[in-house]
Amino acid sequence: MAKRAAPEVNAGSMADIAFLLLIFFLVTTTIETDSGINRKLPPMEESEEDVIIKQKNIFTVLLNGKDQLLVEDDLMELKNLRKAAIEFLDNGGDGTCNYCKGKKDPTSSDNPDKAIISLKNERETSYKTYIAVQNELVAAYNDLRNKRAQSLYGEPFSEMEANYKDVNWPGNKEKLKEKIEQIKLEYPQKLSEVQ
Amino acid sequence: MSKFKKKKSGDMPAVNTASLPDIVFMLLFFFMVATVMRQNTLMIQNNLPFADQVEKLDKKDLVMYIYAGKPSANYKQYGTEAKIQLNDKFADVNEIAAFIAAERASKREELIPFLTTALKVDSDANMGLIGDIKQELRKVNALKINYTVKKGSVFGNK
Repeated sequence: MAKRAAPEVNAGSMADIAFLLLIFFLVTTTIETDSGINRKLPPMEESEEDVIIKQKNIFTVLLNGKDQLLVEDDLMELKNLRKAAIEFLDNGGDGTCNYCKGKKDPTSSDNPDKAIISLKNERETSYKTYIAVQNELVAAYNDLRNKRAQSLYGEPFSEMEANYKDVNWPGNKEKLKEKIEQIKLEYPQKLSEVQ
Repeated sequence: MSKFKKKKSGDMPAVNTASLPDIVFMLLFFFMVATVMRQNTLMIQNNLPFADQVEKLDKKDLVMYIYAGKPSANYKQYGTEAKIQLNDKFADVNEIAAFIAAERASKREELIPFLTTALKVDSDANMGLIGDIKQELRKVNALKINYTVKKGSVFGNK
């Protein structure tokens, strides 16, 4: 049998087919947002005994239905909230907190462990304002933790947490966890929401 | 004279497009790999608010999504009030418990404590609805929640 050359397949339209697929995937791709503010809800069963908390240790933030912000019974702009929260948390009024840099005002919070931020919103409050306020309050805690970590260990708290989550980080994770726990103990996040 | 004329008559050579399929395939593979198919078809407007203190949700399979917002233009007949969407349909607040139970049943038992509920809520929704959702989540003991947001300054919300 004589060898017959197989006819060449025409590959000229391959580009068109590839383009078709490319355009399909371009259109269907959605860059999903998968980051957000983590929070923990309080469990349902409430402890019966009422814990008595001094009024000066509570930082009340109230959001009304018109998205206005009432902090400690005064109207406040959103941009001032973070600073006010930091001042309240870092006050250290009773002198037990040796790392606090606040004014040590006796009428404000005793120490960061006792200081509680209470957030109350109404049903008509819009979600975006609520998120903005949540974000500012979380930012106040993060700011304080970052500063404390910077002075103790020479790196910000957010970086320490990122390192802890990073599987490729070469350092000692046990030690890092201890450090993170230490910072969390010094500035515990006590953010309660009133229903 | 004919010597010079000959040179002028030469056409522009055609650009070689033989490598075009290769380039297109390269792009195609990139998008094929990067594509995440949407789990749910959204029936609501979902314009997430901005915030900057965000943490990443890393384990995709351990997240339950609850959507809320106004019905989008195609679903006008459902009114203009913000509604909850679970999976592919509108749901009532009291259906959340069943939804969480179904999600938990579909996961391995040892993973259940690590499940997070991601709330993807439109920025114009009212807190009343979200308060109701949170109350339902507390009832079924799904306490880890995440307010999904876009990264940006909170002052861009207005």
